[in-house]
Amino acid sequence: MSTVAKPREVHHAGVHAAPTSFWRKYVFSVDHKVIGIQYLLYALSMLVVGGLLATLVRYQLAWPGRPLAFMGKIAPEGMPGGLMLPEYYNSLFTMHATIMIFFAIMPILIGAFGNYVVPIQIGARDMAFPHLNMASFWVAVPAAVIIIWSFFVTGGAAAGGWTSYAPLSAIQPKGQTLWLISLLILGLSSLLTAVNFLTTIINLRAPGMTFFRLPLTTWALFITALLLLLALPVLSAALIMLLFDRILGTTFFLPAGLVVSGQAWPNAGGGQVLLWQHLFWFFGHPEVYIMILPAMGITSEILPVFARKPIFGYRAMAYSMCGIAGLGFIVWGHHMFQSGMNPILGTTFMISTMVIAVPSAIKTFNWLGTLWRGNIRFTTPMLNALTFVSMFVIGGLSGVFMASTPVDIFIHDTYFIVGHIHYVLFGGSLFGAFAGLYYWYPKMFGRMMNETWGKVHWAITFVTFNLVFFPMHFLGMRGMPRRIYDYSQYTHLKGLQPMNQMMTISLFVLGAGQVILVLNFFLSMRRGPLAGPNPWHANTLEWQTSSPPPHENFVGRVPTVYRGPYEYSAPGHGSDYWPQNEAPGPVAAKAHA
Amino acid sequence: MKNTNRFPRAARLLRAALFFSAAALAPAAAGALPFWLRLPEQASTYAPEVDRLFHLIMWITGVIFVIVEAMLLLFLWKYRHREGRVATYTHGNNRLEVVWTIIPAVICVMLALLSRRIWEDIKEHMPHDALEVHVTGEQFAWNFRYPGPDGKFDTPDDILTLNQLHFPVGKPVVVTLTSKDVIHSFFLPEFRVKQDAVPGMHSRIWFEGNKVGHWEIACAELCGLGHFRMKGFVTVDTPADYEKWLAEQAAEQAGEQKQATVPAATDVKPVSAPAAGERRAGVEAEQSGGSAPERVAEKGGNS
Repeated sequence: MSTVAKPREVHHAGVHAAPTSFWRKYVFSVDHKVIGIQYLLYALSMLVVGGLLATLVRYQLAWPGRPLAFMGKIAPEGMPGGLMLPEYYNSLFTMHATIMIFFAIMPILIGAFGNYVVPIQIGARDMAFPHLNMASFWVAVPAAVIIIWSFFVTGGAAAGGWTSYAPLSAIQPKGQTLWLISLLILGLSSLLTAVNFLTTIINLRAPGMTFFRLPLTTWALFITALLLLLALPVLSAALIMLLFDRILGTTFFLPAGLVVSGQAWPNAGGGQVLLWQHLFWFFGHPEVYIMILPAMGITSEILPVFARKPIFGYRAMAYSMCGIAGLGFIVWGHHMFQSGMNPILGTTFMISTMVIAVPSAIKTFNWLGTLWRGNIRFTTPMLNALTFVSMFVIGGLSGVFMASTPVDIFIHDTYFIVGHIHYVLFGGSLFGAFAGLYYWYPKMFGRMMNETWGKVHWAITFVTFNLVFFPMHFLGMRGMPRRIYDYSQYTHLKGLQPMNQMMTISLFVLGAGQVILVLNFFLSMRRGPLAGPNPWHANTLEWQTSSPPPHENFVGRVPTVYRGPYEYSAPGHGSDYWPQNEAPGPVAAKAHA
Repeated sequence: MKNTNRFPRAARLLRAALFFSAAALAPAAAGALPFWLRLPEQASTYAPEVDRLFHLIMWITGVIFVIVEAMLLLFLWKYRHREGRVATYTHGNNRLEVVWTIIPAVICVMLALLSRRIWEDIKEHMPHDALEVHVTGEQFAWNFRYPGPDGKFDTPDDILTLNQLHFPVGKPVVVTLTSKDVIHSFFLPEFRVKQDAVPGMHSRIWFEGNKVGHWEIACAELCGLGHFRMKGFVTVDTPADYEKWLAEQAAEQAGEQKQATVPAATDVKPVSAPAAGERRAGVEAEQSGGSAPERVAEKGGNS
């Protein structure tokens, strides 16, 4: 694994010619940098869609049954006269989760940052398969079109939860079929991306770039690609089986004797309801790590740069990611403790789940170790990366509650779970994505984002995020189930309305605060101060070329790598950073002598 | 060595942080917390055991949380950039790596062992001599079946109720759960009971009421558009009241049977039988009277 990759120069006549036409340059581009920015815009647009769906969900939870006049015009079927129907509410949270997970978080972390950063970080001129890379992106586009389109078909969009448990998902209206087709297409896109990343990272590393000199972002995306490659086919198989149950009359998930609304369900029999859950969560738990590992990598990248200090325990960081990847495949049953699965099996999954907390703990302590005795600069990327660390701690620790099988009996399917997942996916993944955006923006667009407005955006997001999501743990502790259209039906939940209102109002502020990011993003493209090649004084290879990098990333030969990625504040070296490709000069030679 | 005095100072700060967090959490013991910081009332015999585990995990994770966040803030403040500061050049410490791998591993395994015992008691070992009830979920109601005077299920003297579960205090109840259509989840928050009702499966759980009272049953698994109003009621009676209620149900049912001559009891009966069908519609109309739009009651199921 640690052998030096062969230099690319041998067969370098250009990976692909520089495009000349507008279409080949900006639309059907094979350049990983353009594709990365395409993914970024794709993911940010879907983030807006997913966020708007969430505000509707929270509106209903704050003021159950209060009409919203303008929505009566936008969605006359789901909200006639502005009054939200329960099935529309079910669609809203189903689509919120689906869009955020598959169309926002995954594309921004893997599609955008992975595509843009990985080839440059390893000193490659492009991905191993540039045309396949273009195909990945353009396959993901119809998937997004179909999922949005499903809102407008009869019966509305899928309403069975993002987990789409059978048999409910088998008997839902047409929107569910579109959901299945969309995710099947998107799964193909992710699979192609995974193959491309693995091949690129294994084969195209610059001379001297051994595996243990890889920046941790690349390490994280390597492991992520491996998880995608092994987990996604299982999801695709399950999706196809459910699709067949819906349109071809098969009964993979439909047991005998199914009676729906007083009618015997046609040709049900022989199916297993829990089979869907096993298949779904065999994919679904690695999926959680697919969404958090890249953000962990970004955080591990940014902390050393702004603490001006090597990462603490580089190898421990890499090994713990491998540990997470391995263990991630044997914990899926913890989503099914109350499903009727054999309780003895539940104990087994509880033990593996408790063990998987350990690598995450190791990472957290190493991040603290990186900050210890550093020289910390509070830039916007750093603030977001630090928020990742502190919020991920909450998300990780709340996971211990549901790992414990008896405690899970009570909190399973309550808002406690919703709080947990948002601390991991918003507090973790999304803050990691914000950190990456602020960090690599100068590289992508050649200009700096506005630091002051970046900090204002961070402060608003940090405070309101906690106001929206921390109280969810309290709702769960009172027994408020998730996916509930109107909790005021229950007398034991009625007292929770004021808290729900506070959370919803905080969400409105959180949403409004994102306008600052959007403006900063677009205005800085023209107005931001020029970044120069290395505005953060960082070591990794993407900062040793111009911003944005030229066609094929490096002028002349690809760089040769002499050292690890986080050599900050090395004694005896002239400056407090030491680029990976800087040849050992007389100063360094003296220090080593 | 100018660095040695850094540690006592950090330790002092850590002690202070622990002290303040302990002080802040102390009212939990006194029960002076607002309702939303407390777990619901404990109505089953094992609810206190589950809650003890919950609070133990809360204390352990709470202390870890405070230590980690305090260290984070301490480092951010202490090692913030100032002119002339130089970061310490270190790549890590293997001894520390071993320490902070083993400590979380030990805590987690300990929690797993503690959890295992309680989990076995609740989900694996069914009590003997228990009252048996069969529960069938359907969109969007709970059907309860008591064995009736002959003590056997699926005989004509079975007692059927809709959304009403009664049992006597101080006697374990074993519930066999299934569903007609989609997955539901039988959730009694005050009893710390939750178990999915899965079509094609019969899952068994038990619980024992430790006080007389009246609470709600929620459906905790998304089951369609009426999921939010799939509400039932649980009443824990004194043994005498329970016998009285059971006799009333039996008498009422005998009266209904004479009128409607319902065919032999099967699991499908409550929907297909006209009497039960009417009752179900009645319940729906009553329950959708709140803020739920009228259309919910009109649309029976999906697609």
